[in-house]
Amino acid sequence: LALSAWPAAAQTDALEPNSFEEITTYNNFYEFGTGKTDPKENAGQLTTSPWAVEINGMVDKPGTYAFDDIMAQMDIEERIYRLRCVEAWSMVIPWQGFELADLLALAGPNPEARFVEFQTLMRPEEMPGQEYPILDWPYIEGLRMDEAMHPLTIMATGLYDEPIPNQNGAPMRLVVPWKYGFKSIKSIVRITLTDDQPSTTWNKAGPSEYGFYANVNPTVDHPRWSQATERRVGGGLFSKRIDTLMFNGYDEVAPLYEGMDLEAQF
Amino acid sequence: MTTAQRVNVALRKVPSWVVYLIGAVIPFYYLYLALTGAMGVEPVNSLERALGELAMQALVVVLAVTPLRKLTGVSLIMHRRALGLLAFFYVACHLLVWGVLDVQDPARMWSDIVKRPYITIGMVGFVLLLPVAATSNNFSVRRMGPMRWRRLHMLTYVICVSGAVHYVMVQKVWEIEPLIYLALVLALLAYRIPTLRREFAA
Repeated sequence: LALSAWPAAAQTDALEPNSFEEITTYNNFYEFGTGKTDPKENAGQLTTSPWAVEINGMVDKPGTYAFDDIMAQMDIEERIYRLRCVEAWSMVIPWQGFELADLLALAGPNPEARFVEFQTLMRPEEMPGQEYPILDWPYIEGLRMDEAMHPLTIMATGLYDEPIPNQNGAPMRLVVPWKYGFKSIKSIVRITLTDDQPSTTWNKAGPSEYGFYANVNPTVDHPRWSQATERRVGGGLFSKRIDTLMFNGYDEVAPLYEGMDLEAQF
Repeated sequence: MTTAQRVNVALRKVPSWVVYLIGAVIPFYYLYLALTGAMGVEPVNSLERALGELAMQALVVVLAVTPLRKLTGVSLIMHRRALGLLAFFYVACHLLVWGVLDVQDPARMWSDIVKRPYITIGMVGFVLLLPVAATSNNFSVRRMGPMRWRRLHMLTYVICVSGAVHYVMVQKVWEIEPLIYLALVLALLAYRIPTLRREFAA
């Protein structure tokens, strides 16, 4: 469904996925270290089964939802998405997963819910990066309700038809393809529906550098680097930079932000 | 003979050209690693960072020469010029990779230099390195006279601080490694304060 909704510009981009190796050895997952290869090296010890997600806040059926029970009720489909990191590199990733809207429907969102807050697992004994106070652990992210309900927004549980590797956010992570990668929170243990805008980890760490919305936007630079272009990972030492697209090329989300000043609310 | 003296005798036996050769090969070895996939799937960034870190290491060694001699008697002084010129070479390689392989656009390089403080600071360090590297030869010492030459080469202190601050600022969070380099640079400079105070008071 969402595949057919992609704009023409995105379809002409061949979307040749990055290799499994590229996607699983070049990661930002500071819970396992700040180096790009740290997650691959340190995430093996993470226990991902059993796993459960607490869904609470403004929902009809708050509670703890076992990962296996969720999977039994969801239609798993493939979504080949571009991923644009705030650090100006990008990949194309073949995810398997389900729409976040379908997961939220299990819990019955109340009409007064305006935002969704997500939390990553906090387990320093298995996540050595959490021993260092470089970020305010546990990792928190958030979406506005309409962003969360958008059909492009998915929970990914697989990669290249295998269960998602630990370093990529096992067993279940958010993927919001029109936002910078840090919004797509990994290894989720809690989802809270709320009427307050969540206070999110990177936004707290650097409010002038990482906005709450974090929509991919080539015209709004990070204070320390330009966001106009990006380098697709895997092109080698002489790969050319490519132009970054507004909303990472997912123009169909533009109506969500009508009337907003995207330079002020970046 | 003390241990320090024995070390000094051994160090003096190492010809300068060996230091230059080994030092100059390292960036090419890094390039080889980047080309063959040994630096991971995003080699531009890895190579750029590896060269920057190498430059920082060389700068710290250069700055450590005097305190090391005063504290232990071990003297690297006869290799300090080679180490300093190698540091310049590493910074130049780092800059080249940034410009040619990473940013790829002279206009954007310039706008980054003027707009992004961490790049501005890094460039200040590089520009200050130019006169220091250009006068790292016996002819310049003779022509300038030892006093003026020494004063010019005190720019090394500013260069090392610029490099370390640039490294701290490029990170998204307060990472430990760049902070260690900054701490080392500041400690090695602090060690000189009493000497410098006497010198400038005179």
